[in-house]
Amino acid sequence: MIHVIAFYLFAILVVSSGALTILSRNPVHSVLWLILAFFNAAGLMILLGAEFIAMLLVIVYVGAVAVLFLFVVMMLDIDFAELRAGFVSYLPFGLLIAAVLLAEIILGIGLWSAGPIELAQRAGPVNPELSNIQAIGGLLYTRYIFLFEAAGIVLLVAMIGAIVLTHRARGGVRGQNVAKQNRRRPQDAVRNINQPVGQGVEL
Amino acid sequence: MTAFFQGLGLPFEGAWLLSTVIGILVICLPVMLAVAMIIYADRKIWAAMALRRGPNVVGPFGLLQSFADGLKVFLQETIIPSAANKTLFLIAPIITFTVALMAWAVVPFQVGVVLANINVGLLYILAISSLGVYGVVLSGWASNSKYPFYSAIRASAQMISYEVSIGFILITVVLWAGSFNLTQIVESQKAYYGFLNGNGFNPLLFPMAIMFLISAMAETARAPFDLTEAESELVAGYQTEYSSMAFALFWLGEYANVILMCALNAILFWGGYLPPVDWAPLYYVPGIIWLFAKILFFFFVFSWVKATVPRYRYDQLMRLGWKIFLPTSLFFVFLVSGFLMLTRYGGAQ
Repeated sequence: MIHVIAFYLFAILVVSSGALTILSRNPVHSVLWLILAFFNAAGLMILLGAEFIAMLLVIVYVGAVAVLFLFVVMMLDIDFAELRAGFVSYLPFGLLIAAVLLAEIILGIGLWSAGPIELAQRAGPVNPELSNIQAIGGLLYTRYIFLFEAAGIVLLVAMIGAIVLTHRARGGVRGQNVAKQNRRRPQDAVRNINQPVGQGVEL
Repeated sequence: MTAFFQGLGLPFEGAWLLSTVIGILVICLPVMLAVAMIIYADRKIWAAMALRRGPNVVGPFGLLQSFADGLKVFLQETIIPSAANKTLFLIAPIITFTVALMAWAVVPFQVGVVLANINVGLLYILAISSLGVYGVVLSGWASNSKYPFYSAIRASAQMISYEVSIGFILITVVLWAGSFNLTQIVESQKAYYGFLNGNGFNPLLFPMAIMFLISAMAETARAPFDLTEAESELVAGYQTEYSSMAFALFWLGEYANVILMCALNAILFWGGYLPPVDWAPLYYVPGIIWLFAKILFFFFVFSWVKATVPRYRYDQLMRLGWKIFLPTSLFFVFLVSGFLMLTRYGGAQ
């Protein structure tokens, strides 16, 4: 009973906040609705028993990605009229994507209802006694170790690419040398002088 | 407790719901009381270090000062700036406050005395603490005012930076304990060298304990990392436009977060509800008292630092987070996993 109520609560919130993400006019509100959608999706994952995925969803998407989104969107100075002007020209493309996604959903549901999926035929049969983290870790670090490392390399390349694209050497920047700052003592910076009256200070 | 209510004739789900709600109240109300008293303690410690008396008028030794402040704030008018985004402006303090209380669900107070004994407890805490930034960011943006906005930007950058190193520090603890469950993490800290309880006594994890303490200060935006509310630059940061109960919710949420971070310090590195020394008579003292003693000790450290250490510059804060803590904690992840591979898990194969 509680499961059912929780499922419908989370599901309705995911769908409606997803809709409001694209419907709301203020981009900051859009990001906030998106965050709510992520959060409720995590709730759905927990109901499915995938608590590890749910926590990762919250940590990675809500805790990091969406904060960065919000960070960028908050600082934008957006002309709302201009933003809505492209709506008609993008409409065919948007409809195409919607059609593809709808077809995928129908295919997915069709395959699901075609018959029970045998547990043994899954790519990695899981031991039901293991917790999710152990099962995922066991698969990731043994069977899929090369794919896992390849994903790591892809991320590394992306990171280097981002740095290369945005980094430029600027002249005339005064950097901080912390070791030098820590080595500095009062006698290096301050000196007492007995200045004769009527003469300027020599600095 | 579910079984008790089932015994009274309730169906399982009703009993579960009732016992969970009671559990939430049993945790949240004392946390609120603790927040009120710890604000008083903070002010007293801070005053003592500045050779002042601190609050000493309301009640004996000023003990009721926080409640008087609460009442005063409660009676004030809530002022909402006309240019503010009204909904988000009011939601922001609620988020801060709620999130600060949510994480307590997985904190073990004793063997088995925990609201939700889930096997991803530590990840849950990471997830919840990463939500804390939204209260600050939203309040800064919704205030539609310059200082809160700067504060929001600083807060989001600061919290994301330190969450990275906190994540790595937690991974070292998880590697050592072999579990994400907080109760199991505490139990795994029993009897180092046969008589000490606590990961902090492990030379491989002791540096992590220190780094976690410092990162916790940065994560809760406490002094010396309180750049989000640097009063000399940003008035009061994200709280500038807030008044009345909305302001009080920020205040309470902030201190609830600080207590939570102290509790995490105690649980992850100093044995949580276990006595510090593995000696049978000490186990007669209830675990909750050991936990509270450790929380109070770490809170004292927090106040002590607040009273004595000058505020960091923003570039120093970022340097500490990205150039020192991140590489060091990453190195310790390698070190700890390598050590465990060689000893506990039977060598490299």
